Amino acid sequence: MPNRIIKWIDHRFPLTSFIKHELTGYPTPRNLSYWWNFGFLAGFVLMLQVATGLFLAMHYKPDASMAFDSIQHIMRDVNYGWLLRYMHSTGASAFFLVIYIHMARTLYYGSYRAPRELMWWTGQGLLLLLMATAFMGYLLPWGQMSFWGATVITNLFRATPFIGDEVVVWLRGDYAVGDDTLTRFFALHYLFPFLIIGAVVVHLVALHTVRSSNPSGIDLADKDNIPFHPYYTIKDFYGLGVFMIVYFLVVFFFPHSVLEPANNIPANPMVTPDHIVPEWYFLPFYAILRSVPNMVGGVVAMGLSVMIFAFMPFLDRSRIPGGAHYRPVFRLLFYIFILDILVLGYVGYVLPTSQTIAIGQVATIIYFMTFSILPFVSKAEDKWLFKRGLPPKILALIASEEEEKRKRSLR
Amino acid sequence: MADFDDLDDTGRRDFLLKVTTVVSGAGAAAACYPFVASMNPSADLLAKANTEVNLSGITPGAMLSVSWQGKPVFILRRTEQQIKAMTANNGGLYPEQDSDRVKQPEWLVVIGVCTHMGCVPNKEGEGWTCHCHGSLYDDSGRVLRGPAPKNLEVPPYRFIAADKIMIGEA
Repeated sequence: MPNRIIKWIDHRFPLTSFIKHELTGYPTPRNLSYWWNFGFLAGFVLMLQVATGLFLAMHYKPDASMAFDSIQHIMRDVNYGWLLRYMHSTGASAFFLVIYIHMARTLYYGSYRAPRELMWWTGQGLLLLLMATAFMGYLLPWGQMSFWGATVITNLFRATPFIGDEVVVWLRGDYAVGDDTLTRFFALHYLFPFLIIGAVVVHLVALHTVRSSNPSGIDLADKDNIPFHPYYTIKDFYGLGVFMIVYFLVVFFFPHSVLEPANNIPANPMVTPDHIVPEWYFLPFYAILRSVPNMVGGVVAMGLSVMIFAFMPFLDRSRIPGGAHYRPVFRLLFYIFILDILVLGYVGYVLPTSQTIAIGQVATIIYFMTFSILPFVSKAEDKWLFKRGLPPKILALIASEEEEKRKRSLR
Repeated sequence: MADFDDLDDTGRRDFLLKVTTVVSGAGAAAACYPFVASMNPSADLLAKANTEVNLSGITPGAMLSVSWQGKPVFILRRTEQQIKAMTANNGGLYPEQDSDRVKQPEWLVVIGVCTHMGCVPNKEGEGWTCHCHGSLYDDSGRVLRGPAPKNLEVPPYRFIAADKIMIGEA
């Protein structure tokens, strides 16, 4: 009977062939490490956020006079409301953590290089959508940090040439962040995840066209590919288990580690808190904003610090496969960059003093320096490594893969 | 009407196609306008755009903070000393005469929104300090220390009586 149903469906919709093509028969490199789990984890957290967000929306009131109280209502009165909210707020942080690791892996292994540029760019688009969604969601509790975070960030659009002030009023729907701003942020916060899902579909279609990269950086012949299901479904699910342990540890025991105490004070347009800090996942970019003494310059630098990743396929001119794995200079640059981001994050977190401002400015220069010297460094490194000769291990691997492909084509 | 030979003339069809594309494109763009405009401040918000303030309760040297269009407006009743100090110089980063910033030297009316990122500066001793990023303003609302690029904005206002002002209309 089930066979007859499947047959009936297959006659009208390519169910079996789709599953075979994209899952049970989808060839995946056999040497993927656990760093390749994070795309799947990001997809999982996306679903988690959509699900918890849907149920939160059933109890939340996007009205300036009711929003703060409705959060208290969710926390105290709604059945398991505390769980939904803590899962959603922790989920936002988890989403960024997973995405940043996913990006770091791509950078380390050079997975952004041909033919995977479109994956990198759709990923960049996804990062922007994620940032916008997180920012708008942060206004919804209508606490002091929500209010002043939204005020400062919408103010950034004053840097728009000629019509800056008008753009800010248009974004807010009021002369200051107010009821209209809150309601539209809620509407957009509900809309954007669907845009994200759409972009994820594009990301996955591109992935299934160019196939997964792998730690060796070489396109592997068929003998070194295994079906995604069951081999990688089980590996992804194992990673998911580890992720869930960490995630629920925060949800149940440290939910306030990702929430600001100042946000427990209702929004007050007349008083700014002494110390405004963005969420941790925005800190490095916020530090760059603060490091530039000129307002417009700061906004441009911050925008560039996010968008500059898109240029990676052009900036990295090395032909050595495998990214940092086989490239000592690039690897050093990678670790300096990661360290620099951590320093920027710290500078973004503390109150600005002349000392931290100076550290922030140096770190900002290093941030952009790593990108701007990359074309020359990668070219020089490429020349040096080819002159010296690639490691015997990778030469053997390239040779064996070539041999395999040649044999197949003869057959 | 068209000659028989004209039927082979694709130039006219191409022209019609281009005109249709342009007109429908313009129509589609025009149709976006109501949606974009709907996000601007609504009529009821615009109706509340003016705020009347009674100044009689403010003692010399004291400051009153009132809400105008959802933003704080600082009204500082300046002492003779403060007026003298403020008229003596033109401020710091964005020089401006004190007399250009007030209607009556005794009353300073400025929007209490830092021109950097929109935080509300605190009255601390002489002038204001913004805690968000450390900008400093004097008792004329002029910026003395960045990162704020401009002086505190003076809203449109007028005296409707000796001790009453209307903020929102000049």
